[in-house]
Amino acid sequence: MRGLQIIPDDININVMGLRYVAYVISAIIIIGSLALLGTRGLNFGIDFSGGTVIEIKTPEVPDLTVLRRDLNALGVGGISIQEFGAPDDLLIRLPQQAAGPEAEKEAIQKVRDYLDSSFTGEGNESLVDYRRTEYVGPQVGEELQTQGMYAVLFSLLGILGYIWVRFEWQFGVAAVLALAHDAIATLGLFALTQMEFNLSTVAAVLMIAGYSINDTVIIFDRIRETLRKYKKMPLIELFNVSVNNTLGRTIMTSFTTLLALIALYVFGGEVIRGFVYALIFGIVIGTYSSIFVAAPILSLFNIRRDVLKVNDKYPEDNGDDESETDGQKA
Amino acid sequence: MVIIITVMGFAYSMPNLLSVDAQNALRNAVPSWLPNKTINLGLDLRGGAHLLYGIDIDVVFEERSDLMVQDARSSLREERIGYSRIGTLDKGMRVVLRDQSDAEEARKILRNLGQNMQVSSPDDGRTLEARLSEAEVTEIVDQTIQQSIEIVRRRVDELGTTEPSIARQGDDRLLLQVPGANAEDLKRIVGTTAKLTFHLLYEGAGMGGKTLPLVDEPGVDLSVERRAMITGEMLETASPSFGQSGEAVVSFRLNGQGAKRFCDVSSDNVGKRFAIVLDNEIISAPVLREPICGGSGQISGGFDVQTANDLALLLRAGALPAPLNVMEERTVGPSLGADSIEAGQIASLIALALVLVFMGVSYGLFGLMANVALVVNVALIFAVLSVLQATLTLPGIAGIVLTMGMAVDANVLIFERIREELAAGRTPISAIDAGYSRAMATIIDSNLTTLIAAIILFSFGTGPIKGFAVTLGVGIMTSFFSAIMVTRVLVVSWLRKTKPSRVPI
Repeated sequence: MRGLQIIPDDININVMGLRYVAYVISAIIIIGSLALLGTRGLNFGIDFSGGTVIEIKTPEVPDLTVLRRDLNALGVGGISIQEFGAPDDLLIRLPQQAAGPEAEKEAIQKVRDYLDSSFTGEGNESLVDYRRTEYVGPQVGEELQTQGMYAVLFSLLGILGYIWVRFEWQFGVAAVLALAHDAIATLGLFALTQMEFNLSTVAAVLMIAGYSINDTVIIFDRIRETLRKYKKMPLIELFNVSVNNTLGRTIMTSFTTLLALIALYVFGGEVIRGFVYALIFGIVIGTYSSIFVAAPILSLFNIRRDVLKVNDKYPEDNGDDESETDGQKA
Repeated sequence: MVIIITVMGFAYSMPNLLSVDAQNALRNAVPSWLPNKTINLGLDLRGGAHLLYGIDIDVVFEERSDLMVQDARSSLREERIGYSRIGTLDKGMRVVLRDQSDAEEARKILRNLGQNMQVSSPDDGRTLEARLSEAEVTEIVDQTIQQSIEIVRRRVDELGTTEPSIARQGDDRLLLQVPGANAEDLKRIVGTTAKLTFHLLYEGAGMGGKTLPLVDEPGVDLSVERRAMITGEMLETASPSFGQSGEAVVSFRLNGQGAKRFCDVSSDNVGKRFAIVLDNEIISAPVLREPICGGSGQISGGFDVQTANDLALLLRAGALPAPLNVMEERTVGPSLGADSIEAGQIASLIALALVLVFMGVSYGLFGLMANVALVVNVALIFAVLSVLQATLTLPGIAGIVLTMGMAVDANVLIFERIREELAAGRTPISAIDAGYSRAMATIIDSNLTTLIAAIILFSFGTGPIKGFAVTLGVGIMTSFFSAIMVTRVLVVSWLRKTKPSRVPI
């Protein structure tokens, strides 16, 4: 039984021809993201800024305006209330109490007391379902910030190191630029949507980095192979060929991963929705950058002579003597 | 060999599908090297409390300094060495001698205050400073933490919870994780130091006493002797009960040493008041109407039943050597835990279904083989997680779903490659061969980069993120195995059977 070939074998999109369009789009994305980061900034979750988050389920849909007014009148700072997936599922966030952990405890108690007394049953017992309580003290908040930064730093170094070893330096530069592009775009997304930026978001960004490099590496592998095969083909054409060759695989894999993630987004519950959203965006932009950013940047270098120079390092080239054809697969 | 691993994979993940009772029965019936373990569910899926406590170790050192000063004072007095000032320092004490010639003797006394005390003099010997040595400081910290862990464990056990986990974190922190527990109860029980002491009231002025607030009368302080006549360690047991007027009290019994001490002190001080101090607050200050030599008594302090219960529990378990402060809390209620598991299950199944259908449609027969490999992959992931007893969290489930999507990547690479080779004119067998070998290097590259990300996440992540990194890492390795080996076995056997002239891919 044959498979359905969604991406035909002889596809030949002039990817490289589009690269100037891509440069513009990418520039807009990057400038826009940086601007957003500078002006609106990220909505840091309690993991980094400290404070308390309480998720409750109330027996009936509450009046948010009344709730907000009353909670803010408790004198524990600006309290934010959000719906979390359903109208009777609320996320209440208290800012860090400057007076210290004792004050923090009192603040939480005040809020709980108020909530308990607002939703009581017949026996005067509280009908509030405290689904989740998260509290991050100031010290731990700072530590998590540092940890997050180290994680990102070491990942980048690890990935860079790997590319350094596997590829010539020009590939490394192009890959890192594509990666930076993806990271900035993702941060820009968070600045734009003001979705909560916490530890799991950082994890998502790291995943996106890994995935983006993944994609990029596969295209680079193919470029390198094609460079060795068709020694006389003009560079831009050669890149086009390589990218088109791998387009099938790139689109297919991204698509299957997206399928899985979309299922997770829709059915996986509110708690990880932000995390999955970041991953979905990351995969889309990672695919885009591998095709339209990494390859074009690479083409700016005179990559040919460096790759051909170290021919014997890579034994998987099976030594087929392919003479140049006119650029298409035979 | 592939078949063996596949079968083992299914076998080891199988216990997860059984009900809890069947699981327990299995565990007891079967020797440990056979599949009998299930996945460890994280707190965000099971519900429970995650509390990170910081130990206020400074309090311990302050008390030690206090003791040093008291010991030094009595020793110096015995040797008739006069001093104009004596007081505490950070982890030490300072004394200003009246007569410089006493310095040698004084030094000796100070040196005996601890092991390897560092005695120095900032001026020429009139002022002496004694500090604890590095080694002793570390020892005190270690001891305090050990003790704290032990006492927290006792208290948590008294609450009757399942498998609590109490571990030291870093230099001065304690991580308490209790599945299925009510965080509020835990915090109340664990957060109280519960240091109980009895002090006679202090009538003089000066260094012998300290003032403490009265719990019942805010703003009123009483002055008590610094040295306690009875401490919590002398308590043999405590239990809640009701006093003469029906109020909730805590009955206690002292051990031999305590009983004798109480007898002596109460006999010498009939008619005087003594203070019952809990965590530096006086909860009551009754009069010693008669000598108490039976070694038992009651503490009443206007308690309600809950407070009396708590206090009895705390006294039984023992006082914490130092106060504990909550630095981080992540508590998930049971309703959210159950919801998360359900959501995770549904999402995973739907994701799996979508991917299977898509692969089947896109690659035909070979797609089906890839699908078989994917199912094997998932089984293997669960098997490895079960055997390792790794913790599965909600992001961990996301990791498994992500792996599902990415696992097909290897197969996609191979199949696209095979298609290419076929289009280039190779025979089916050599095309398949070339497909596998050429794609191999790329597969390794792509898996390695994701593995790097997973390893970094594991080292820097906290609980749920660690779970994500673990499932991702495990998933990458199992997908490597299943995507390549399993499909290869399937493809080869299909080739042998059908000897096709065309490859339906």
